[in-house]
Amino acid sequence: MDESQIYARLSEIFESVFDDDSIQVTPALSAKDVDGWDSLAHIRLMLTVERAFKVKFTTPEIGKLENVGGLVALIQEKLQTN
Amino acid sequence: MNALYRDLQWFERAPEDFSARIKAVGNSAGPLGRELQALALHSLDLNQLTRLAKVIARANADGRSLDPLVPFRLAILSNSTMDMIVPALVASAARHGIALEVIQPSYDQVAQEALTPDSTVNRSRPDAVLFALDYRALPLKLVPGDAEASTAMVDGAIGYLRALRDGIRANSTAVCIFQTFAPPAEALFGSLDRALPGTLRHVLDNINSELAASLPGTGDVLLDIAALAETVGLAEWHNPQLWNLGKFAFSDELIPLYADHVARVVAALRGKSRKALILDLDNTVWGGVIGDDGLEGIQLAQGDARGEAHLAVQRLALDLRQRGIVLAVSSKNTDEVAREPFLKHPEMLLKLDHIAVFQANWNDKSTNIQAIAEELSLGLDAMVFLDDNPVERGLVRSLLPQVAVPELPEEPAYYARTLAAAGYFEAVAFAGEDLKRAGFYQDNARRASLQKQAGGVDAYLASLDMTITFQPFDATGRARIVQLINKSNQYNLTTRRYTEPEVIEAENAPDVFTLQVRLADIFGDNGMISVVICRPASPDTGEPAAWEIDTWLMSCRVLGRRVEHMVLRELLEHARAAGIQKLLGTYRPTDRNKLVVDHFAKLGFTKIREESSGLTLWEFGVDGVKPEPAPMKVVSTGFSATCDNRPRTPSLTV
Repeated sequence: MDESQIYARLSEIFESVFDDDSIQVTPALSAKDVDGWDSLAHIRLMLTVERAFKVKFTTPEIGKLENVGGLVALIQEKLQTN
Repeated sequence: MNALYRDLQWFERAPEDFSARIKAVGNSAGPLGRELQALALHSLDLNQLTRLAKVIARANADGRSLDPLVPFRLAILSNSTMDMIVPALVASAARHGIALEVIQPSYDQVAQEALTPDSTVNRSRPDAVLFALDYRALPLKLVPGDAEASTAMVDGAIGYLRALRDGIRANSTAVCIFQTFAPPAEALFGSLDRALPGTLRHVLDNINSELAASLPGTGDVLLDIAALAETVGLAEWHNPQLWNLGKFAFSDELIPLYADHVARVVAALRGKSRKALILDLDNTVWGGVIGDDGLEGIQLAQGDARGEAHLAVQRLALDLRQRGIVLAVSSKNTDEVAREPFLKHPEMLLKLDHIAVFQANWNDKSTNIQAIAEELSLGLDAMVFLDDNPVERGLVRSLLPQVAVPELPEEPAYYARTLAAAGYFEAVAFAGEDLKRAGFYQDNARRASLQKQAGGVDAYLASLDMTITFQPFDATGRARIVQLINKSNQYNLTTRRYTEPEVIEAENAPDVFTLQVRLADIFGDNGMISVVICRPASPDTGEPAAWEIDTWLMSCRVLGRRVEHMVLRELLEHARAAGIQKLLGTYRPTDRNKLVVDHFAKLGFTKIREESSGLTLWEFGVDGVKPEPAPMKVVSTGFSATCDNRPRTPSLTV
């Protein structure tokens, strides 16, 4: 899966998790930019990402995410080792 | 994980345009509650349930009425994080006709909230309090082998729960809902854990038993989460990572299932559990089609894999009847033919006196189900309808949305399990009256008279995106053509049986017109469903050229879709092109084809003659009024330029 495909899929996931189709999924996007991205929604987001890409995150990986760019890099890393 | 339970597969899948429909909620004319319920009545994942809950919250904030959803205030006390679950509960409750309001005090204040008279929970006057406790909420200590200490722990835990209950009871009239405890997937000893007092497994087993024994008759309710966890598997239920991350008591993947189970209990408390099961017959309670396969041909025998699957459905139906659920039948069959297995098949478990209302006729099922509901004096929202045919399921869902219609998998072995898993008949109490209910209807398999025809059937048929394909007989279709000619009994006008060589002869004869008809719809390809053979009628001098309809048969699966009208339209096209001026039809009555006595009349043929045997002769001039087309695409292919039937007598004028 190339990067643009990952971003496309994440776009759908963000709409689904945050109930908002206007979110622009860019590398710099982070929790402070999105209404409702609290710790609970963060967990729901990460669980949805796990299911969608069929990868598993460790507990520290779930917690320490800075922004979407970091998430994409993590997904790519996981997909390679799959 | 078992997909049936994880994805609630008795519900239809979420629509492709779920996002758009969520946004459009509230814009249509009908009551908001109905729209929300319709949207909720699908298999929805946690994100979808959460979005639906948001819409409901917005409607509440805007002061909009959620009629006809019935309000219910549920307080939730838990030692775990319920925040991801609460929206799922609200959305799942809408599915069951409930407008759920959730009171959720701050995290892990279970005892304080239950016991303090002016706590948030007690002040809110809830209809019910759900104690969503998992085993970690109980004051348990490992005391392996110490029977006394083990018993004391069980008593202590039960005492704790009782104190919580007394606290609520003292301060409101709320019903208390207690969950049983799912033991951890891991054992300390192994097999010994269950047998040895003082292990977690042993203690929890005893707590669950005593809890279950203490609740009946008190008005409080058991929610058997231990059973639910066992059903999906303890290893799937428990998720250590999620507990560590945020004190989530079980896997997020099971939130939709958990939420539906809670919603069922709430609905049952509001009297919304279903009370009647309406069964289709062919391929639902037996394998095969009674009208075509006969008593010897339907699959029902023990030891026959297919038969066993359907026997399991019958067994479940009987068990349900034993606990007070009323049984009815809605089948597209002639009444006497449908009753035959009940009366004569040695393997049938269901008998006619188990069935309160027996509707077997050729009318659409939604009209019949309405008649059944009226006959039983029950609302449509008390009905469950079980049918293997997705077209019938779609029709009933479309026209009678209050009837519960479970999706069924392809493999009949899973029918009984799917019906049971759906939990339509959830009960919070069981009383003597329930046992008597089925008998009250005097199960004499009576027929309910049909009221006016249900509207909307045409619109539903149009939504099926049907394509009808007409071809002459050919080598590819031959085997199926021969099969249909020799197997069809009910929708068969003349019941002429031909061997394969005779079919090949018809295929090749230049003056014989043949038709093989296929029908496809959004549910798939039904394959070949009709066969027609027209032969030149022996011309009398001066008589216009005519085709005699030697054979016209159709599969009963596609009745009610106006296939026969489309076949007539196609026949007329080809007849005209061949210079034919009249179609001549014959109805030869047999003891199996009463169904088609009016076939020609309905298509607009004129009766020429009727004989004492019941045989009737009909005619249709090719310039007569064609039947209206049905909403389907027509593909006509493989026909040669002309099927030239014009007799070679010079007196004929074209």
